Amino acid sequence: MDLTGASRIVVIGGGQAGAQALQSLRQGGYAGALTLVGDEPALPYQRPPLSKAYMKGEMTEERLYFRPASWYQDQDIETILSTPVKSIDRANRTVELAHGGHLDYDALVIATGSRPRVLPVKGATLQGVHDLRDLADVERIRPNMIAGRKMVIVGAGYIGLEAAAVARQLGLDVTVLEMAPRVLARVTSPVMSEFFETEHRAHGVQILTEARLDHLDGDGGKVTAAILADGTRIEADIVLVGIGILPNEELAREAGIACNNGILVDRDARTSDPRVFAAGDCASRPLVHYGRTGRLESVHNAIEQGKLTAAAILGKPRPAEDCPWFWSDQYDLKLQIAGLSQDYDEIVVRGDPNDRKFAAFYLRNGTLIAVDAINSPPEFLASKKLIMSGAKLAPGMLGDTSISMKDIAAAALAA
Amino acid sequence: MTKIIYVDNDGTERVVEASNGESVMEAAVKNSIPGIDADCGGACACATCHVYVDAAFMDKVGEQQEMEKSMLDFAENVRENSRLSCQITISDSLDGLKVTTPESQH
Repeated sequence: MDLTGASRIVVIGGGQAGAQALQSLRQGGYAGALTLVGDEPALPYQRPPLSKAYMKGEMTEERLYFRPASWYQDQDIETILSTPVKSIDRANRTVELAHGGHLDYDALVIATGSRPRVLPVKGATLQGVHDLRDLADVERIRPNMIAGRKMVIVGAGYIGLEAAAVARQLGLDVTVLEMAPRVLARVTSPVMSEFFETEHRAHGVQILTEARLDHLDGDGGKVTAAILADGTRIEADIVLVGIGILPNEELAREAGIACNNGILVDRDARTSDPRVFAAGDCASRPLVHYGRTGRLESVHNAIEQGKLTAAAILGKPRPAEDCPWFWSDQYDLKLQIAGLSQDYDEIVVRGDPNDRKFAAFYLRNGTLIAVDAINSPPEFLASKKLIMSGAKLAPGMLGDTSISMKDIAAAALAA
Repeated sequence: MTKIIYVDNDGTERVVEASNGESVMEAAVKNSIPGIDADCGGACACATCHVYVDAAFMDKVGEQQEMEKSMLDFAENVRENSRLSCQITISDSLDGLKVTTPESQH
């Protein structure tokens, strides 16, 4: 459908994807009405620092915001904050707001993001139990980040481990509970899990794997301890829950837009309704290079889909889809991930984890599909190119640190 | 406020009044300077805020850290005066700093 005549565009959700769509629409020359409606009170801001530098107090709130308030005025973007959307009426091309009123659209962008999974145990709503998703969550958590306090983190994913690193550096007593036999089990290989476990233990974090949380104990409505299924009691002044996220797809689903663990979109970020687009955590997209569809929970994905959306609405050529990439900061470690490692049939480790500078390459049928690089930008950056090229790689060469990544990439790309 | 001049690939100059303490990347993003993507928001994780620093300021923009050095090693069209703009913190001594953005960040 040609939407180049659109003169009313509504973006639901002011996260990374929504903010990118706004920017790319204006940058791409769209001069019509542009409205952002979001349920948070704040203008669009960066989420990654919430579990890293901002949580640690090393970054001011002002620096979280993508743009100052004046930018939205200068760009003639209407911002309707603290306002959830109630429903989408596709027949009448209008969005109903929870507080009354509606917004008509010619093109609609759903960038509603995701929400934390709720801890399914007794005591999960006690005071002192927190998710870590929004600025408001961090504002509640930070006053408790005081040396000597006891923090229990439920879930050893990236968010949980990043928070554990910050809390330890601030002097808290930290215990991480993980149901799986190893940390980061859902997202990476055993070699990386072992590395991060070793690292966190060396920093004094207590990590309990195969730990089944039974319930949280409280006193006077405030959390006091985590109780495991085997009866172990772990004292807690504060509990952080990081057990994954769920896509906010309900608005789309209730409007009859196709969803399946995310709002289904094509390569242009277009949903089953040609006037409606979905971008970021809430969307399930073609992962063209990997021959499947899926949701990606990342900054790169949000930016890319924001750009794809704007290009499709404005009738511009589709921007090139980049290799998926992610990062995590813990202590003085920078983990950079390129590609998607599921389904690898071979793993090659380059360098020595004991040096805290190494990379794990994931191959399938002799081609590189992903890398986890610790303090190793060359391995990360070369891999982004190698993955998208589909070039065959000699595993022996990848693991040989006497050959530079530049030379390995040049050899593979020339072959 | 400190004056920073961004020159794009076509030679067009844009002057920004930036605050001390923010990075050259942040000042660019907040003022909609084209040619600086800064996908990671300044975490030195993506190498999409590459700029060329004017010769007169090369000794004032500070030393490169190891991480930045190795990121730049893989950027396109790297020159002697290449820097990641997220790693340059604005201060009074950078008043009048001129940086040029490359043709592409990818």
